[in-house]
Amino acid sequence: MSIPPIYGLILAGGASKRMQRDKAALEYQGKTQLARAFELASRHVNKVFVSLRADQTSDPTRAQWPMIVDSSEGEGPVVGIRSALAAHAEVAWLVLACDLPFLSDAAIEELLRRRDPGALATAYKSAHDGLPEPLCAIWEPAAAQVLADYQAAGGHCPRKFLIRHGAHLLDLPDPRALDNVNTPQEYSQAVAALETLAPMQVKIQYYALMREQAGRSEETLETSAATPADLYTELTARYGFTLSREQLKVAVNSEFSDWSRRLAANDAVVFIPPVAGG
Amino acid sequence: MSFRFTQMAIDTEGARRELQDLGSGGYVSFEGWVRDQNEGQEVTRLEYEAFQELAVKEGGRIVAEALRRFPVKHALCIHRVGSLNLGEMAVWVGVSSAHRGEAFDACRFIIDEVKHRLPIWKKEHYRSGDSGWVNCERCAAEPQHSHEHRHHAATSP
Repeated sequence: MSIPPIYGLILAGGASKRMQRDKAALEYQGKTQLARAFELASRHVNKVFVSLRADQTSDPTRAQWPMIVDSSEGEGPVVGIRSALAAHAEVAWLVLACDLPFLSDAAIEELLRRRDPGALATAYKSAHDGLPEPLCAIWEPAAAQVLADYQAAGGHCPRKFLIRHGAHLLDLPDPRALDNVNTPQEYSQAVAALETLAPMQVKIQYYALMREQAGRSEETLETSAATPADLYTELTARYGFTLSREQLKVAVNSEFSDWSRRLAANDAVVFIPPVAGG
Repeated sequence: MSFRFTQMAIDTEGARRELQDLGSGGYVSFEGWVRDQNEGQEVTRLEYEAFQELAVKEGGRIVAEALRRFPVKHALCIHRVGSLNLGEMAVWVGVSSAHRGEAFDACRFIIDEVKHRLPIWKKEHYRSGDSGWVNCERCAAEPQHSHEHRHHAATSP
């Protein structure tokens, strides 16, 4: 059997009770959370849908995107995930909550790369309690029936479902990547934190094969990449670098660096392809 | 300076003098030369390129580590950059010491670490007219390859 393709599903059917206003419509850097999540997923999978309830289909925040409307009774993310699995039976779903403002390209890339299609789901472990994070996860087609049985037996929590039925679990590359925003106070903190991630200038120097593939030895560019890993994803999309990130090291300001370091304005970044001195 | 780059032929006599010390009973050096073939391809010349700012720092750290690990007197490494013809010297390592055993060990340590830690790249030009960045081109489709691999070295080990 071939490996099922992956579509994206952004969950935007939530009631936002603690926030007391629609979470999908909260804005960061001038974009709604829903738009940010949709664009993030679109950079990694070919088709993306917004999951919503039947009474939300004409809502202006949601109406502009392809939709999957909740098809079964009940509320909550399990219903949204089941509806997507039912709508495209041969497809696996990259399921993302819309309220993860710190979620990065690198975290999505890692999740996709380390997917286990033989598990019901591939998910990150929470940085807080080590339990599965069901709302930034890949749900495989085989989960459809098991989820239906789970819901029929009264279950409604996708996290408990993954604990009980097992998922392929990964460590989070950045412990903050899945911090979510549920209250007005968390929202204002997240807005402030993301201000520091507003687009900024970084300088990049290219060497050897990467210099040839980029067609330049250096450039200064405006980016909202939070980390060198995100920056490499962005530049690979632009220049088609043939080396994968695992083959490289990275230096920031002329010292070797972690891929998950937070970039600052005017940092000088060098990607280091496999070396061959001597 | 315990590690440096040069655009010109390495002055091994001058470098050797920098290591001389009346407390040393001897000195060991290693020279890496441009070889005429690699992995079955006929090589006609090499181009070396380095991220010098970081490589000089990291090279200095390698030599300092060697001096800590082995009881030797002095150590120095010089690496060429630019275009090199067959037979030219790409890298030189020298170590002076009271006794020979640790001088051999320290010299071996330095060249091994230099080869796999420093941001230095070489492009081989082949008789066929083709060319390629060593360790980068043929491995591009195999993500499991990493910096730990030390194969494809065109200079003598």
